[in-house]
Amino acid sequence: MEILVASAIGILTAGGLYLVLRLRTFPVIMGISLLTYAVNVFLFASGRLTVGAPPILSDATTYTDPLPQALVLTAIVISFGMTAVVVMIALGAYLGGDDDHVDDPTPEDAA
Amino acid sequence: MIHWLILPIVLPAFIAPFIVLAARYQIGIQRVISVASMVALIVIALGLSWSASDGSILLYQLGDWAAPFGIVLVGDRLSTMMVLLAAVLALFVLLYAIGSKWDERGRHFHALFQFQIMGIMGAFLTGDLFNLFVFFEVLLIASYGLMIHAGGTVRLRAGVQYVLFNLLGSTLFLFALGAIYAETGTLNMADLAQRVQLIDEGATVGIRVAAVLLLMVFAIKAAVVPLHFWLPSSYAEAPAPVAALFAIMTKVGAYAIIRVYTLIFPPDLTVTAGLHGWWLLPAALVSLAIGMIGILAARHLDRLVAFAVIGSMGMVMVSIALFTPEGIGAALYYIVHSTLAAGALFLISDLARAGRANLDLTAQPPMAGANLTAAMFFVGAIAMAGLPPLSGFVGKLLILDASFDTPQMVWVWAIVLGASLISVVGFARAGSILFWKANSVAAPEDTPAVARPSALSYVAVGGLLALLVAHTVFAGPATTYTTAMAKQLFTPDAYMTTVLTSKGKMSDAKSQGDH
Repeated sequence: MEILVASAIGILTAGGLYLVLRLRTFPVIMGISLLTYAVNVFLFASGRLTVGAPPILSDATTYTDPLPQALVLTAIVISFGMTAVVVMIALGAYLGGDDDHVDDPTPEDAA
Repeated sequence: MIHWLILPIVLPAFIAPFIVLAARYQIGIQRVISVASMVALIVIALGLSWSASDGSILLYQLGDWAAPFGIVLVGDRLSTMMVLLAAVLALFVLLYAIGSKWDERGRHFHALFQFQIMGIMGAFLTGDLFNLFVFFEVLLIASYGLMIHAGGTVRLRAGVQYVLFNLLGSTLFLFALGAIYAETGTLNMADLAQRVQLIDEGATVGIRVAAVLLLMVFAIKAAVVPLHFWLPSSYAEAPAPVAALFAIMTKVGAYAIIRVYTLIFPPDLTVTAGLHGWWLLPAALVSLAIGMIGILAARHLDRLVAFAVIGSMGMVMVSIALFTPEGIGAALYYIVHSTLAAGALFLISDLARAGRANLDLTAQPPMAGANLTAAMFFVGAIAMAGLPPLSGFVGKLLILDASFDTPQMVWVWAIVLGASLISVVGFARAGSILFWKANSVAAPEDTPAVARPSALSYVAVGGLLALLVAHTVFAGPATTYTTAMAKQLFTPDAYMTTVLTSKGKMSDAKSQGDH
């Protein structure tokens, strides 16, 4: 269980980082999405991994820490919104300039 | 419990939707409401600063839940001062945006501006790390809208870079928060400060990683080298009033570093020993050098000012990285100066655009209203470069003085003084090309006359410059107050007891421990 979650976070992060370093917006945005998935799982695991236990205090002896779940919920909403924003801005930049590179345009391009 | 403390967040949060819903098509009403809200914010911020100035800690428990179960807002000397600074800068920037009609060039400028202020105020006031993340996101998402205000392909492209870089920063922030929560089981700053001290010396790997990650996140916000690459093109391409408002955003990063690394990970903590001096000071010195060399190398006025921001953030970070009360005190004095000076310079670079084809540093026919603009550029450049008699000089002296007894004194003095010289040359070169050489170029016959910028624009810039002068004239009281602030930061016991022992819902649970 631990090794599965840990390697999932690691692979998502590695893939995300690789894509983020690409030159065009589409792979970069995909990379950002992978990174946010990785961080969501990571946050989830930060309250320790518990299987089949409710996230509420009750008479049962085991329970899941509810706080990371609330944190993850917030993080998901925020990263979802942010990704939507960056997709829109990138689309605007692409349609306006007919070029989807993420780096600064060279002076010749800009002219 | 003081309800006033949440007003700097709630007021813009209500004004912004009101502007969108009720005054969507009436730019006049939007302007009146927006300015009124800023004036009200300044009054509130003055009140908060006044009540925190005697060293008391203002506390607001949201929903009356006691810390660490609920989220708290905390106002001490530092955070109330930053709130006041942000409100004052925002008022002048807003006046400039109205005077130069920037706010008419796209939709929803005023609403986004209010949301941006809400995020900044929240980031300064919150006492909870996850809440800090949320307010970072609030201010960022509003800044994305402001950054691409008025559109244009070049601006959109710079906007993509800006958003992507900040998204990466947010992801890192979440990783850091997850690691901190996994290690300590809390995200309340005061509670963290106590729990981090209990961590066993043999098991510090997790918390060290978290501390470094957090430092990186704040360094991205503060544009410390090598994490500064997002700043020049996004600040240069952003609309001028927005760039001027962004002058406070880099300070949010500096504020967060000061807060977290004096309260949660103080310099004498063995768990994170070696973090402060080893990492931050060299990076800060390099940022200072790169920023000032960038001033000399810049080929556009707006990029020049962006590099000046990096350089002055480097100066702030050098002083913070000493992590002594004197160093932090000097940094706080310099933060006020650098915010006002950077804001003023961005606005001046927009004034210089009147009648010019672009902001390239080439000789072009004189711009409209060249004399007044040149005079303002002169004052702003003196302040930013740190020449006497303005506050940049006082701030630099304080920083040099604070580093006098430290082992790194030679490095700090050499780089601060050398970088200042380079920046003086850079500003002198830019000013002479823009304003002197202009007289040697004849305007083409058929150029239409360009109206000079409106009086309100000049009033806004003049107001910021007047504040810089005031910051110099009242440097005595100001340094006394920043010293008091630094002293309060280095004796955080009052902060912790106020946050953790104030009564609220669930406050019995801690003592009984049955929940």
